[in-house]
Amino acid sequence: MAQALQRAMRDAMAEDPTVHVMGEDVGTLGGVFRVTDGLAKEFGEDRCTDTPLAEAGILGAAVGMAMYGLRPVVEMQFDAFAYPAFEQLVSHVSRMRNRTRGALPMPIVVRVPYGGGIGGVEHHSDSSEAYYMATPGLHVVTPATVPDAYGLLRAAIASDDPVIFLEPKRLYWSKAEWSPDAPATVEPIGRAVVRRAGSSATLLTYGPSVPVCLEAAEAARDEGWDLEVVDLRSLVPFDDATVCDSVRRTGRAVVVHESAGFGGPGGEIAARVTERCFHYLEAPVLRVAGFDLPYPPPMLERHHLPGVDRVLDAVARLQWEAQS
Amino acid sequence: MTVQELPGATAYPAWRLRTDPAPLLPDPEPYRVLGTEAAAGLDRELLLRLYDALVHGRRFNTQATALTKQGRLAVYPSSTGQEASEVAAALVLEERDWLFPSYRDTLAAVARGLDPVEALTLLRGDWHTGYDPRERRIAPLSTPLATQLPHAVGLAHAARLAGDDVVALAMVGDGGTSEGDFHEALNFAAVWRAPVVFLVQNNGFAISVPLAKQTAAPSLAHKAVGYGMPGRLVDGNDAAAMHQVLSEAVRRARTGGGPTLIEAVTYRMDAHTNADDATRYRADAEVEAWRAHDPVRLLERELTGRGLLDEERRDAATEAAESMAADLRGRMNADPLLDPMDLFAQVYAAPTPQLREQSEQLRAELEAEAGR
Repeated sequence: MAQALQRAMRDAMAEDPTVHVMGEDVGTLGGVFRVTDGLAKEFGEDRCTDTPLAEAGILGAAVGMAMYGLRPVVEMQFDAFAYPAFEQLVSHVSRMRNRTRGALPMPIVVRVPYGGGIGGVEHHSDSSEAYYMATPGLHVVTPATVPDAYGLLRAAIASDDPVIFLEPKRLYWSKAEWSPDAPATVEPIGRAVVRRAGSSATLLTYGPSVPVCLEAAEAARDEGWDLEVVDLRSLVPFDDATVCDSVRRTGRAVVVHESAGFGGPGGEIAARVTERCFHYLEAPVLRVAGFDLPYPPPMLERHHLPGVDRVLDAVARLQWEAQS
Repeated sequence: MTVQELPGATAYPAWRLRTDPAPLLPDPEPYRVLGTEAAAGLDRELLLRLYDALVHGRRFNTQATALTKQGRLAVYPSSTGQEASEVAAALVLEERDWLFPSYRDTLAAVARGLDPVEALTLLRGDWHTGYDPRERRIAPLSTPLATQLPHAVGLAHAARLAGDDVVALAMVGDGGTSEGDFHEALNFAAVWRAPVVFLVQNNGFAISVPLAKQTAAPSLAHKAVGYGMPGRLVDGNDAAAMHQVLSEAVRRARTGGGPTLIEAVTYRMDAHTNADDATRYRADAEVEAWRAHDPVRLLERELTGRGLLDEERRDAATEAAESMAADLRGRMNADPLLDPMDLFAQVYAAPTPQLREQSEQLRAELEAEAGR
């Protein structure tokens, strides 16, 4: 996936001279995850820039660059390191188009490696998508597959609106039937896809939890469950159509994500599904999420992260009739 | 003694040394021109231009303040007493340059040529920015403190990458220098050698908190040293001194010399806004002392003393300002026409399905209202 992201930036930079990559360590080092590897060498340090270590400054400077007509692609090194940039994000990036009535669009991509499962120490494993979702004016996108990593990042860079591009860290090294030379397509932002068709319940998920849900769906076959897995891909805008189409067919839904459940994306998604599909539902929409706690130390993270078993337990609880 | 001259300095690796010969430390006293011998060398036309702008600016401030009392403006943070640095900031810029004002710098935008009604849109409550920032080269008035400073750095950096000799002038108050964004912006600007001029208007108070509780630095201009850029301390009520120091910093930025930090020492004659009670935190005597150092009077005294300002010229400036104020009053007394459907127009380039649904909901509500 890291390679696909890198190629997305390379292709975008080659096609459009206004695309600039910037962040801490993105130049000579190629990023701590090597996602920007080689870009400074190929396009020069003016277009792939090592900045001072200051997230608010990085994003704030990107705002000014966008005002002058550039398309900055900003890397925030880790999820929890992006918090100092929140004021720029919330007070300026997200609303600049609105407060200037369209005169100053903000075509900025903020790449945020997010989520746990890589044994990172404190402040290296947060899932911060709920904060971004709660900020009108931002798009929030997260790929789960290698082709999507390419296709969605290309769309994000091409977008005239700010995009929070959440990169699931533990999928950086995932491989797929995709080579750097393969023809690659741009994926439109705002469309969910059905990763696995099924008929007895829908798992609604995104990013790092997609492989977990696909594995759970395979395991559930033995229990007689034919699970559909929907990869949301975009949290803002939200694809109500694909989600509701699936849930209306299956009549049951579980939302699965890593970030804390309380106040998390799952609550919003469950509410939307309930509002739109109430008469089709055989059971309440359930959530499987991380616990409501600060991200735990790596030695305990496997107990926190929603795994296959926890997803299967929720699926079992969808036997609502039997319980009531 | 410079860093390079410190004993053992050669032992430092080369990348730690700064070789720019520009002096970084500000003078201990604010730079002044008016009332000194140096004033004799000032350009007459420039002084008269500054005078007209000051009279105009003062009238704009009193008119806008009056509009808050009439309920025509939601709020107006007056820059009465600070007109010299406001107008100087606008007048030193070329058309291609950019101004990054804070919420108190409406006057700088007006002095740059922006229609006063467009400049007051935010404070009136009619949308947030009443003009096209790209067309005017004036960033939206920034309400959060110091967050516009990194924007100025990024824009200046982008302009330089494009080969344009554009300068960004970013304004902030004394309170804003305590914010993290102030630090990050100055550091970025210095490291990138971005063509930016930072203008701090030290008007004595951040709402009610005096400078002594804001910083322990000898002056705000001293903060420049740590970033590796020159810091200049100026009498912010001396329009000629402000114009000189700002011009020099703009020239330096334009010719690749990098950023400058300027502290204008001035005073806010009015309260923070109409919602503030300034008598709670400052003595009348202090305000009166500053009144004797009023920027309009200072320049007027200089011009009159040198025989450059006669009654006719003074009346002409006053009349021009009055006619601006009358026009502003007239146009501000008309209720703006707002279309509620505009709420959804510019959240994204194209509305999300969610916003399309919500805009239909509002449309139905409006139709129901109209049919009632």
